[in-house]
Amino acid sequence: METEKVIEVEHISKSFGQFEAVKDVSFTVSKGDVFGFLGPNGAGKSTTIRCLLSLIKPDSGKISMFGQSLAQQRKGILANIGSIIEKPDFYKYLTAHKNLEIFARISGKHISNKEIDKMLDFVGLLDRSNHKVKGFSHGMKQRLGIAQTLLHNPELIILDEPTTGLDPQGIIEIRNLILRLKNEQHKTILLSSHQLSEIELIANRMVIINQGRSIVEGSVKELLNSEEMVVRFQVEDAPKASEILRERSVMVDLLDQMSFEVLLNKNQIPQINEILVSQQIGVHVIEPKRKLEDYFIKTIQA
Amino acid sequence: MLLKNTYNELLKIVSKPRSYLGFGALTLLIGIILFAMKADGKNIVSMVTASFEQTLVFNGDIVNGNLVAFIILQMLIVHIPLLIALVTGDLISGEAAMGTIRMLASKPITRSQIVLSKFFAGAIYTFLITIWMGFLALIVSQFIFGTGDLIVLNSDGLVIIPEDDVMWRFLLGFCVAFLSLLTVATLSICLSAFAENSIGPIVSTMSIIIVFTIIGTLEVSAFDAIKPYLFTTHMVAWRSYFSDQIPYAQIYFSIFVLVAHIAVLLSITLFKFNKKDITS
Repeated sequence: METEKVIEVEHISKSFGQFEAVKDVSFTVSKGDVFGFLGPNGAGKSTTIRCLLSLIKPDSGKISMFGQSLAQQRKGILANIGSIIEKPDFYKYLTAHKNLEIFARISGKHISNKEIDKMLDFVGLLDRSNHKVKGFSHGMKQRLGIAQTLLHNPELIILDEPTTGLDPQGIIEIRNLILRLKNEQHKTILLSSHQLSEIELIANRMVIINQGRSIVEGSVKELLNSEEMVVRFQVEDAPKASEILRERSVMVDLLDQMSFEVLLNKNQIPQINEILVSQQIGVHVIEPKRKLEDYFIKTIQA
Repeated sequence: MLLKNTYNELLKIVSKPRSYLGFGALTLLIGIILFAMKADGKNIVSMVTASFEQTLVFNGDIVNGNLVAFIILQMLIVHIPLLIALVTGDLISGEAAMGTIRMLASKPITRSQIVLSKFFAGAIYTFLITIWMGFLALIVSQFIFGTGDLIVLNSDGLVIIPEDDVMWRFLLGFCVAFLSLLTVATLSICLSAFAENSIGPIVSTMSIIIVFTIIGTLEVSAFDAIKPYLFTTHMVAWRSYFSDQIPYAQIYFSIFVLVAHIAVLLSITLFKFNKKDITS
């Protein structure tokens, strides 16, 4: 059965003067996906996201959401999207509640004061409901941003760098919130982040974008599993272990007396471990180093 | 959606401290003028009437609420645009500077509705400022100085308007004054659509008013052709209601020029904001 497509981006390009910010980017997000949108700074992520929210008009290409053309059905589509772009900015001279009231009024749905309070409670800001936003910390504004995003119960949530500038506790809070939205409310989420480990933890599909172009798109698990990884072994006698492995044509990078690294496929780890143990070499730690960061760097360098 | 967002825009204006600067400044300025007129009004007025006193005899007190209201309007109509632009020049660019324009423009509301709601809210603010000026200038003046015939010095000479013929002239005069202030408000909203900060549109609006006023007052034949079409030329059109023979054709032309300015400036704003890539 074909999954319902929530976002279909087909060959969009956008230039600002001579600078080509986005060149022929395409990707698809299906219903229920937590879709990671990866790329280094200046790769074109924010421009693409702004195109999805009709803040920027692409020079060419087509964007469809919920099976409808964004150019033709803008209002209807945006009524089903909640978003935070870069950082959540609010009217500083208004209270948290009044800010949400303003956005609720133009959300296209009827939202009562009770529902606003419920949402403020959901993000842990109910006790600050009547405080002006100018006194809020970055983390509080981010939580208020999440409340604003979810207020009208959208089907699709777009979060552009939602953890930027947050302390570790704030990052964990936002991450858990996204996981709750995914697991409890089955929302479709497009998540752009510099925290690559975050994408690895949360997203099920991803696209990598670099210099305005989409380089690779697919399932996070498949993309990561298809690659070899660098595995660091911490052993009793690293030089001896290296020698044994080299005799078996394994490329070893000796780091120090206690550790070495080997480029392996995931399935080869138990074999290497068995060889070392059979040769009376105690293995203390096996640490696969190849994570999304390595894959990401390798991909954009390629 | 347009009504809902106009309400939102009014809520934002009401919540911003700068919105009260206009009301505060007006109250202070008019307070100072009222104090000056109460303290030394007869001397101030006699400087104007002195040249007529050899041929005319003034019976009764010519310093009354109507004359004070006329003087106040004449003095402040030049300064009020700054107070208006302070709020309306911030309506679009202030959102860009704050970053809230991203949130606003990604909601299910058209860009045209965003601009129009800001225009309506700006118009309501301008109307309230005009009403406040009218209340302080006319009602408070009449309360302090009483009423009486209005003596106005026009380019035609001295015009004496009977007491019971004054109020409707003020009413229509304030309507035209509102229209000219609305033109200033629309100009600053238009400039606001091109800017990403609040100061630029406010300074630009005032600069345009100053330049146009200078062009309007310079006796240079090269400017004669454009003078009738500058909105600043018609910002004093309210005074025409205080002529002996009211020049209706001239007033209608002024209204036409002001309305045309509002329509053109609003169309430019709509076009610009609809085409604008929001990158802030």
